[in-house]
Amino acid sequence: MTLSFEDFSPGHFGSFGPRRVAREEMLAFAAEFDPQPMHLDEEAAKRSMLKGLSGSGWHLCSIMMRMMFDGYLGRTASLGSPGVNELRWLAPLRPNDDLTLDIDVVEARVSRSRPETGIVTFKAVARNAAGQALCEMVSPILVQRRAGVTAEQAG
Amino acid sequence: MRFFEDIEVGQRRELGSFTFTADLIKKFAAQFDPQRFHLDEEEGRKSLFGGLAASGWHVGSVCMKLLVADGQRQAAEAAARGERLAIWGPSPGFRELRWIKPVLAGDTISYASEVETLRSSDSRPEWGILQARNTGTNQRGELAFSVLATAFVPRRNAHS
Repeated sequence: MTLSFEDFSPGHFGSFGPRRVAREEMLAFAAEFDPQPMHLDEEAAKRSMLKGLSGSGWHLCSIMMRMMFDGYLGRTASLGSPGVNELRWLAPLRPNDDLTLDIDVVEARVSRSRPETGIVTFKAVARNAAGQALCEMVSPILVQRRAGVTAEQAG
Repeated sequence: MRFFEDIEVGQRRELGSFTFTADLIKKFAAQFDPQRFHLDEEEGRKSLFGGLAASGWHVGSVCMKLLVADGQRQAAEAAARGERLAIWGPSPGFRELRWIKPVLAGDTISYASEVETLRSSDSRPEWGILQARNTGTNQRGELAFSVLATAFVPRRNAHS
């Protein structure tokens, strides 16, 4: 069943994963989008602030997106997102990390400009297998309201 | 790349442009964001985007790609002048990321980066903290993407 705006209420929504991030995948993303030595070269990475090879933060974001898709967005009447309020990279993504994703609904409200649409603000936290938070983001997503709801209110 | 001391608020760098072809949009989406409007032209046309649209994470990742390329160009110029290289640190995050206009198949986005704030790091005296507004503008001159990003930038005399 497709999830609608009405299926999201404030509080913990779910936990998803684990999702393994293979070393080769990490290096391939970095080579294409973020070829900084700390993401590609073991020796340079050791000398970096992160003290060892780490994945691109944008790779981690993109993986979080995919975990959200596989976990619930793929069966949600989503219309897309206007942006990300805040995102923090808290600890480095390491080769072969197993990620889990915790999703909370921070706020769910009806759009003033488009009453047939809701705005659901999610907080997503990605953690490694040790439970250490690697990335935290707060982002709104536009979600269709269940068919008939707006018509009833209008009538 | 420049050292913290060489950077001033308001400095702007044009980072170059990138054309989001349908193939590139679908390849990124298939891996990371397989929502129907990122994978299929017809689904895109029926969506709020009005056409096959790039994943917002693709638009942001390309911004990173051009930022790194610009840094590499600056590093090469500094090396040619015989200057010491500044190796930038990681980013602790960003705020106010806005996907303002959809990036549709065939769109060419020109990226730029403008320094908004500079401050020293209390906990890491060898580093400064920079906030830059990174933007992407399409071929019609419309602002499509904007983010206020933070980065650790090395101080010139940190290791002397």
